[in-house]
Amino acid sequence: MLLEVDDLCVNYGRIEAIRNVSFTVGEGEVVTLIGANGAGKTTTMKTISGLRPVRAGSIRFKGEDITSMPAHDRPVLGIAQSPEGRGVFVGMTVAENLDMGAYARVDRKTKAVKDDLDRVYSLFPRLSERQTQVAGTMSGGEQQMLAIGRALMARPTLLLLDEPSMGLAPMLIQQIFDIVTEINQQGTTVLLVEQNAAQALKRAHRAYILETGEVVREGTGAELAADPAVKAAYLGGDV
Amino acid sequence: MNAVTAPLRSVRERFRALPRPVKYLFIVAVVVIIYLLPIINPPLITTQDSDFASVLFSCAMYSLVAIGLNIVIGYAGLLDLGYVGFFAVGAFSVGVLGSAHAKLPLIICVPAAIVVTMISGVLLGAPTLRVRGDYLAIVTLGFGEIIRLVLVNTSWLGGPRGISNIPAPPSLHLFDVPHMSWEGFTAYLDLTTTTKFLVFSVTDAVPYYWLAVTIVLIVLFLDWLMQNSRVGRSWEATREDEDAAELMGVPTFRFKLLAFATGAAIGGLSGALFATKQVFINPDNFTIIYSVLFVAMVVVGGQGNRWGVVTAAVLLIWLPEKFRFLSDARFLLFGMALMALAIFRPQGLLPPRRRLRAQRSAEREGVNAEEDPGHIEREVADV
Repeated sequence: MLLEVDDLCVNYGRIEAIRNVSFTVGEGEVVTLIGANGAGKTTTMKTISGLRPVRAGSIRFKGEDITSMPAHDRPVLGIAQSPEGRGVFVGMTVAENLDMGAYARVDRKTKAVKDDLDRVYSLFPRLSERQTQVAGTMSGGEQQMLAIGRALMARPTLLLLDEPSMGLAPMLIQQIFDIVTEINQQGTTVLLVEQNAAQALKRAHRAYILETGEVVREGTGAELAADPAVKAAYLGGDV
Repeated sequence: MNAVTAPLRSVRERFRALPRPVKYLFIVAVVVIIYLLPIINPPLITTQDSDFASVLFSCAMYSLVAIGLNIVIGYAGLLDLGYVGFFAVGAFSVGVLGSAHAKLPLIICVPAAIVVTMISGVLLGAPTLRVRGDYLAIVTLGFGEIIRLVLVNTSWLGGPRGISNIPAPPSLHLFDVPHMSWEGFTAYLDLTTTTKFLVFSVTDAVPYYWLAVTIVLIVLFLDWLMQNSRVGRSWEATREDEDAAELMGVPTFRFKLLAFATGAAIGGLSGALFATKQVFINPDNFTIIYSVLFVAMVVVGGQGNRWGVVTAAVLLIWLPEKFRFLSDARFLLFGMALMALAIFRPQGLLPPRRRLRAQRSAEREGVNAEEDPGHIEREVADV
């Protein structure tokens, strides 16, 4: 398994945000965590990338225990995150943002980075057109593309996407998910956190449902999408 | 706001368009004029009520302070309200090593002072840089006061009476430089008033000014190197979004500490410069009001722009001296000018272009947050 999360507990002060969460992500998979607001999806993501300290449990990546590794050491291992709410550097240009994505790479001065840049620009032609534009002046959809592109610049083994569809128009959501599928087919493992359960289940090999900080169900994307209870709770209730 | 920046920008562009040799000649000419200012005593600029060379020395020294604090506030985005503490540590290091407890020459005292201040920066930063925003401001505010109170209460450091007989830089008398005098707008050489090149004495501040300007130019260059390196980019990322920077692999804490230590070192260097020029220092030279003045320089100049903060430092020191004849009212006018600036130009006199961009986009973000339907439509149409 590429990523193994075991009995993870994370607190915000005395409040338990997630409790005994366990799941795995295998090499080459798209795995999604879905759930309502406040279910602990983003907390789980932030903990995997190292921004939140762990109270109990463990996280293993490529077999190595990374539970207490500082966040800034994780990109070197191959974990990159596109954070919730995009989190692009608004004062930097598109090109500078993408350059920051390759910050932790050992081979950042070689042609490999240039190749990855070309790959990002071919995935997102829009970014290519706007290389010198300041990120903060772009639309929400473009910033989302930039955030994903920036994460790809780290050439990650595991790409963490936190709510890539948040606040976007339906057409754009479709497009972003198409690209996520494409990225996966090119060989990157994806862990996706989504409120848009319908799209997420359609795209994911496997899925976990989080409720109030605990994993309540798991299965393949198709299984869960077909489950009446899941339909009722997350897919608009047309049972 | 554009009324001020637009002509400046066109000046910048016109300067860029000049052929290379002309550009270099221009820069050299400006530097030479800056060095010769206390010799030329230009009318309108010169100060009648106080020694012009001393005022210029203060301008240069406080520019150095502003450059140092700009690294902390402008580049790394850490609000430090106790910067005078580092200034004091630098000055007293020179005092202790050069006069009070050893008689080391200044050449050794100054590097030692820089190292000591740097260490004090790390010692203050290591525990406090883990807190963010307002809390950091409060902690550093406390630090500045603690340093002053320690100085007042430690007899080993001279107590309230301070330290005197601080050594001057090594002197070497090569030749005399006559000053210029002015009658109206006609200049003539005043052969009776000369500056001995290069003799540091209490009676003539000109060599001290030259020393200070030289240090400022060197530090400006190092500052430029740092800002345009990976270090500068790491600071920018950390300032804009600390979490996102961590996700990119930037060890944000280490870079904040580096900014703090670098800023402290420059603060210590300016303190050392202050001490050697003053010859005598006491804790009253390092009150909290100086920290406020330092922050004012960075904010007025435009956080993150080295030329902006230098301009502000020069103005904030020179203006009160120039209008000394207004006596007590000058501080009232000074305060009013600062308030006017805060209202009409909150981003400072010369904000860095990058910062301007970020600010404009933040304003746009505000519009986005209101979810205006026009914006979403535009997104659909765009893609």
